[in-house]
Amino acid sequence: MSVYLISLAGGMLIGLSAAILMLANGRVAGISGIAGRLLQGRQPGVGAAFVAGLMLGPIAYRLIAGAWPAVTIQASTPLLIIAGLLVGFGSRMGSGCTSGHGVVGLARLSPRSLAAVATFITAAVLTVFLMGAIS
Amino acid sequence: MTKPAGPRMIAALVSGLVFGLGLSLSGMLDPGRVRGFLDITGAWDPSLAFVLGGAVAVAALGTLLARRMAAPLLDDRFHLPEGRLIDRRLVVGSAIFGIGWGIGGLCPGPALASLSLGLPATVWFVVAMLAGMIVHDRFVVPRT
Repeated sequence: MSVYLISLAGGMLIGLSAAILMLANGRVAGISGIAGRLLQGRQPGVGAAFVAGLMLGPIAYRLIAGAWPAVTIQASTPLLIIAGLLVGFGSRMGSGCTSGHGVVGLARLSPRSLAAVATFITAAVLTVFLMGAIS
Repeated sequence: MTKPAGPRMIAALVSGLVFGLGLSLSGMLDPGRVRGFLDITGAWDPSLAFVLGGAVAVAALGTLLARRMAAPLLDDRFHLPEGRLIDRRLVVGSAIFGIGWGIGGLCPGPALASLSLGLPATVWFVVAMLAGMIVHDRFVVPRT
């Protein structure tokens, strides 16, 4: 199967996950929101259950596919720490990340999410370009 | 909320599992591929656009179904953001998030999911990410 079809199938599973959470619990499957609320001790049971499921995902993949999903990390540990700080801070400040704004927000045709997605993709593309230009 | 939380926890676990499986299958778990997708002037890898396309299409079907329901199956009401104002916080926050995403190739979902792989680099990223969230929520915007 082509890599595009595999990516499409994976994306459809992510969309299915978002549909399940919306139809069952009436909530947005936004990871930064779920993690942020968990850190604040709000709805800890439901949030912890979601994160536990999320971490079981690669293990389920390992059982089905027979191998762990590929992970190649290019950035050094200090850079990853800076990236993590920016991702955590920015996703809370912007009220969402790739999942909440990118998947659910776009599916709901939210103008805020459209603006957020356009902004973070532009910022990310520019960052990768500049890092390539420097090195 | 009058409905019990137990079924909502099971639904959240299933939703998280399907999310994590989808991330693993799609290639989003791989920061190298994510950065390849963002590298539009270099060796651009467009495959991850299909992840977003597939995810938004199926989530949109869920949204259409949800609009026909007075309440979700396991709760008394929907808890969905209804704001439409595009303010400075949204744009600046999204830009900061995008810079971090570009540097590391990791966003919150794949970062948490790939903790199961036990890679020290991912653990460092997640610890920093959670610290960034706490700094924002405690010191920049007090709990709302």
